Amino acid sequence: MELSRRQWLLSSGAAMASMLVPRSVFAQQGAGGAPIKGGTLTVHLGSEQRILNPALRASTGVYIVTSKIIEALVDLDADSKPVPVLATSWSSTPDGKTVTFKLRKGVKWHDGKPFTSADVQYNALELWKKHLNFSTALQLYLEAVDTPDEHTAIFRYSRPIPLDLLLRALADLGYVVPRHVFEGTNVLENPVNNAPIGTGPFKFVEYQRGQYIIAERNPDYWREGQPYLDRIVWRIITDKSAGAAAIESGQIQLSTYSSLSLPDIDRLRKNPKFSVKSKGLEANQYNNTLEFNFRNKIIADIRVRRAIVHSINVPFFIENFLYGQGRPATGLIPSASTAFYPEGSKQPYPYDVARANALLDEAGYKRDAKGQRFALRLVHINNGEDVPLFATFIQQSLAEVGIKVDIGNYDIAGALSAVYKEHNFDIATGWHQYRGDPAVSTTVWVRSGSPDGAPWTNQYGWKSEKVDKLIDDAASEIDPAKRRQLYAQLVKDVNEELPLWFATEREFYSVITKNVHNDHNTARWSSSSWHDTWVAA
Amino acid sequence: MKFFSLALRRFTAALPALFIILSGLFLLLQLAPGDTVDALVAQVGGGDPTMIEELRKYYALDQSTSTRLGDYLWRLVHLDLGQSAIYAKPVAEVIIERLPATLLLMGSALALAIFFGMTLGILAARRVNRWPDSLISTLGLVCYAMPSFWFGLMGIFVFAVWLAWLPAGGFGTVGAGLTGVAKWLDIVWYLVLPTVTLALMFLAVYLRIMRASMLEVMTLDFVRTARAKGLSANRVLVRHVLRNALLPLVTLIGLQAGTMLGGSVVIETVFALPGLGRLAYESVVQRDLNTLLGIVFVSALLVIAINFIVDLLYARLDPRINASH
Repeated sequence: MELSRRQWLLSSGAAMASMLVPRSVFAQQGAGGAPIKGGTLTVHLGSEQRILNPALRASTGVYIVTSKIIEALVDLDADSKPVPVLATSWSSTPDGKTVTFKLRKGVKWHDGKPFTSADVQYNALELWKKHLNFSTALQLYLEAVDTPDEHTAIFRYSRPIPLDLLLRALADLGYVVPRHVFEGTNVLENPVNNAPIGTGPFKFVEYQRGQYIIAERNPDYWREGQPYLDRIVWRIITDKSAGAAAIESGQIQLSTYSSLSLPDIDRLRKNPKFSVKSKGLEANQYNNTLEFNFRNKIIADIRVRRAIVHSINVPFFIENFLYGQGRPATGLIPSASTAFYPEGSKQPYPYDVARANALLDEAGYKRDAKGQRFALRLVHINNGEDVPLFATFIQQSLAEVGIKVDIGNYDIAGALSAVYKEHNFDIATGWHQYRGDPAVSTTVWVRSGSPDGAPWTNQYGWKSEKVDKLIDDAASEIDPAKRRQLYAQLVKDVNEELPLWFATEREFYSVITKNVHNDHNTARWSSSSWHDTWVAA
Repeated sequence: MKFFSLALRRFTAALPALFIILSGLFLLLQLAPGDTVDALVAQVGGGDPTMIEELRKYYALDQSTSTRLGDYLWRLVHLDLGQSAIYAKPVAEVIIERLPATLLLMGSALALAIFFGMTLGILAARRVNRWPDSLISTLGLVCYAMPSFWFGLMGIFVFAVWLAWLPAGGFGTVGAGLTGVAKWLDIVWYLVLPTVTLALMFLAVYLRIMRASMLEVMTLDFVRTARAKGLSANRVLVRHVLRNALLPLVTLIGLQAGTMLGGSVVIETVFALPGLGRLAYESVVQRDLNTLLGIVFVSALLVIAINFIVDLLYARLDPRINASH
């Protein structure tokens, strides 16, 4: 592993540093690269969000902005372990049904009112349980939040909830907004949704639609002497090439969550002015997916599904289309999720055209005079630039084994509706995002029972009692070792039945100028508060 | 007074067209697969059934198409354009925020294109089939053939990234706290590249139209007569040829006013400008019906206004045309 500039400075000592670094630079950085106060960090915002309230909308696009202004109960450290933010400690009863949070004292909202357990109670019951995506499922069995005093919140569940799942999820789904601002209003229409008030190191200043958002240092922040930055500016630049030009010309210093195009990220990696990092974003992983519609008789045959997967050369795709950014996936859980990844997993159905042809012959779909077996309709759900590429790659790969693929072209809203509401597809491809724990947003992809129209859920017309039970058991299993086992079994069963297939597993990338320090030092840095981030002049 | 009664008559005549455009678009958008909640869920990367159902109710998507269309038209009668789904505030406010950037970009690009298109067209016509004409015509062809997004990106690469003379994008320096003249100069500074980029393609068209119609008018009898009277070449060119040759150009500008509103989508996206074109694009992608209909409404009004002005100009240029018809 390469040492960062800061680590190097620390380890090699000030004397040596002063020999190598020009005097003026050294003086600005302070002895041994100590943080300097002041300065502005300008950040690329690739898409404009409808509301800036992380207690109502869970999305990295919302967190990039709001996590600096609004804080969660916990955050993750560099090893993806939960660390205190607004909650200082937590404990769970042996039955797993009661979780007690001790809250930080002396914290004030940006409008001057004190932060108390009543705020947490309101957020949990009124926002996280009723409105927040992914969280309504997570908090489904939350019955009450007791507040015996101003700095204790006791969450009571009707079914056991694993503490590690809850804490991991609360880093994303545990943002607290002020009760006194939201209570008694229509929360979806509250103007504070776009002028956020929180307890964070930065205060919201201004939001110019289509242009920029500004936040500035909160002088009353509870971490003494922090934050270091004077202000953060988010510039809204929707065109990826324009984003690359903005960072190259120095208009912005950071573009994160892969908001630039793959070729630009690859190009900037070689530029000495910038660092390209995926470490610091590992809390979110994503996959290129292939989903099967079991309503089509041909697809419902397991041999056909396996043949399709066997005929796609994933390493070739990664090397040539993704600039080598990614690995072939081995199942539902990515290898970076060490707490759950089944050790020694392999690609379940590696590239093997001969095997694919044999399986299709065996299933009774012989080639006709033109060498064709049957035709399928592929819908691609365009939530990433490489999705259409993968769709075309699938089309060409399947042509090799005699399957004709017609690609249905939709924009993203249309594709979601076609696949998840009208089920108007034979195969579909898009992205799946893994959020640290399979129970947050992954198991819904295979659990049966989601109503029609719920995107990124099991809408394949496939149901397995065994898998459903595994998912439910794992979601309320409080012994981490047993939970890990259940998920290993789930991965195995899903690979066996193949209701969907994850082709790749990938990380997000940031491009950042090298004068930004204390960056990417947690597992979800771009979604963290940046209280210790600083820029050298 | 005559001007106002004329304007009012024009507007009244346009009302049925406006009604048909808006209702048609409303119904057309119902055919687009997916609604604004799908788009929202796509943007946040996932939702759950509870949230989705609640949002459909919130955006009134659980009601029938006819009810919603009726509601929309009824609100429109009260000059209420409704609430924007993307920005959670009144559509009128959202559009007014975006209008200045678009009008500024459009106006300056149009002025630039007309001025240089005319000048170069006249020059080419005067030196027809000689080297200045060949040079100008080739340049025009190149500009016309070049996609504006590519030209924009190359402009950014050369002038912002490489030479660092101009900003890469945006609408003024963020948070510089400038006021008065300094603020305007700052915006002008940011608009140089996008204006030139947008103007180039229109310039190419105007240049070719101008050249062709100049050449045509030059062959007419009255020009020969003017020359025979002994008028100087320049006087013939300006007073006799140019005035008549301008008519096709003015027609074209009127027709293109609508295109220019839409044509700036690409430029606004590449240069990150907060204009109407980008808003319209965003509204389609996000299925924000109210905002999109609002933009169409405002654009239709603008096109009507511009065509009205064009008609008045006709009458100025050629007294045989009477604007009140």
